[in-house]
Amino acid sequence: MNYNWHWKVLFEMEPGSTGTYVHYLLVGLGWTLATALAAWVIALAIGALVGTLRTTPMKWVVCAGNLYVEIFRNVPLIVQMFLWFFVVPEFLPQALGDWVKQMPPPWGSYVPAVLCLGIFTSVRVAEQVKAGINSLPRGQRMAGIAMGLTETQTYGTVILPQAFRIVLPPLTSEFMNVIKNSSVALTIGLLELTGRARAMQEFSFRVFEAFTAATVIYLLTNLVVVLAMRALERKVRVPGLIAADNAPQA
Amino acid sequence: MFSGFDFDVIQRSWTYLFMEGMTFTLTLTALAMAGGIVFGTLLAMMRLSSIRPVSMLASAYVNLMRSVPLVLVIFWFFFLVPYIGAWIIGAKEPVRVGAFGSAAITFTLFEAAYYCEIMRAGIQSIPRGQVWSGFALGLDYWQTMARIVLPQAFRNMLPVLLTQTIILFQDTSLVYVISATDFLGAAAKVANRDYRLVEMYSFVAVVYFVLSYGLSTLVKGLQKRIAIIK
Repeated sequence: MNYNWHWKVLFEMEPGSTGTYVHYLLVGLGWTLATALAAWVIALAIGALVGTLRTTPMKWVVCAGNLYVEIFRNVPLIVQMFLWFFVVPEFLPQALGDWVKQMPPPWGSYVPAVLCLGIFTSVRVAEQVKAGINSLPRGQRMAGIAMGLTETQTYGTVILPQAFRIVLPPLTSEFMNVIKNSSVALTIGLLELTGRARAMQEFSFRVFEAFTAATVIYLLTNLVVVLAMRALERKVRVPGLIAADNAPQA
Repeated sequence: MFSGFDFDVIQRSWTYLFMEGMTFTLTLTALAMAGGIVFGTLLAMMRLSSIRPVSMLASAYVNLMRSVPLVLVIFWFFFLVPYIGAWIIGAKEPVRVGAFGSAAITFTLFEAAYYCEIMRAGIQSIPRGQVWSGFALGLDYWQTMARIVLPQAFRNMLPVLLTQTIILFQDTSLVYVISATDFLGAAAKVANRDYRLVEMYSFVAVVYFVLSYGLSTLVKGLQKRIAIIK
């Protein structure tokens, strides 16, 4: 292939003269992580709640939970992004809608992106939490009730503390998905890592240098997340379960 | 709430949305599924190979594809495919590849990594005795794979493969970033031309929901039937 590599471009100034291209991309990584982490907080909160409610014996609550999961699982992420960015502000009360639309960049894209990703991911978290709770022996719940605990107390002191520790390993891959999925936010104008790699390619015409740099940054980020989560998994492992003896390596 | 809704824009652009946009989306999904499953199965066989370099190469490929965002992969191939094409046919200049060709190659290669993991689980779920009996009957590796292991693995994994295909169907909407005219792209073009963003994007969401939900219900039904036969 006759492509002339020109790696020095990474240390040239970007047109906005905020710094070199490397710096420009690393700020992008910052936005990627800021989006992913904020979305992850929302996803965990809603996901844990919805996942737990779907295991309760209350019929209509389970139905509502299933409806929530089906809606946000069956619409592509980019379409959900557009709904949050273009459609939702139109259905808000006039004053609030105008305020949302006039948010200065990058917040105008950041806020919808975080909400969208958070809710999109919460559905996946809810599925994992539900599976985690259902994987516990039925006797645990029965024992709780037999001891005189109320339903809420059983969940709070017996079921959830175990379930959350069981679902942690599968949640690692969900967290990596949030980081990757945050790149879809470039379609609503958020300059995160992939968006900045594309912008760099447009400014400098160095296509493959820009994308190689972004790819390497993503790979390193993944590596850090995997290592950190592995350490965390070791810490919260439930003693006595099969998983505790030979933990699955992510 | 829907008082200001202009349903007419959907009716006006119906043919364009479905004949052009949805056709693109479905053709791309079908091609990427077929190519992805074939390539993914080969990758799975490579990953399970006892020859170290082969299995390491396949693992590296799968892990690379799975740690990079799809949007970035789409960009990569959009620019890379013309160079690879030129390299293959020995041309001096990068060849011209349309959005569809580029997207088909991208999704085939990207989804192959995910289909590979599914097929690997499928192959691993077959008892080892099956392979031994194949060899004992005098079949070679390829015959054992093609006649004994893969048909069973494929059948066991069919619901998971189809679920992955529904994800692929949703993911094809990301070709928006290279301005391809898939279903979403077509809707976005109409939306921007007629300034009917609310109507078009809501409609797109409803159509995707109905199709994905319908397909996943079918897959669930299939899963039950397969489970009974086993």
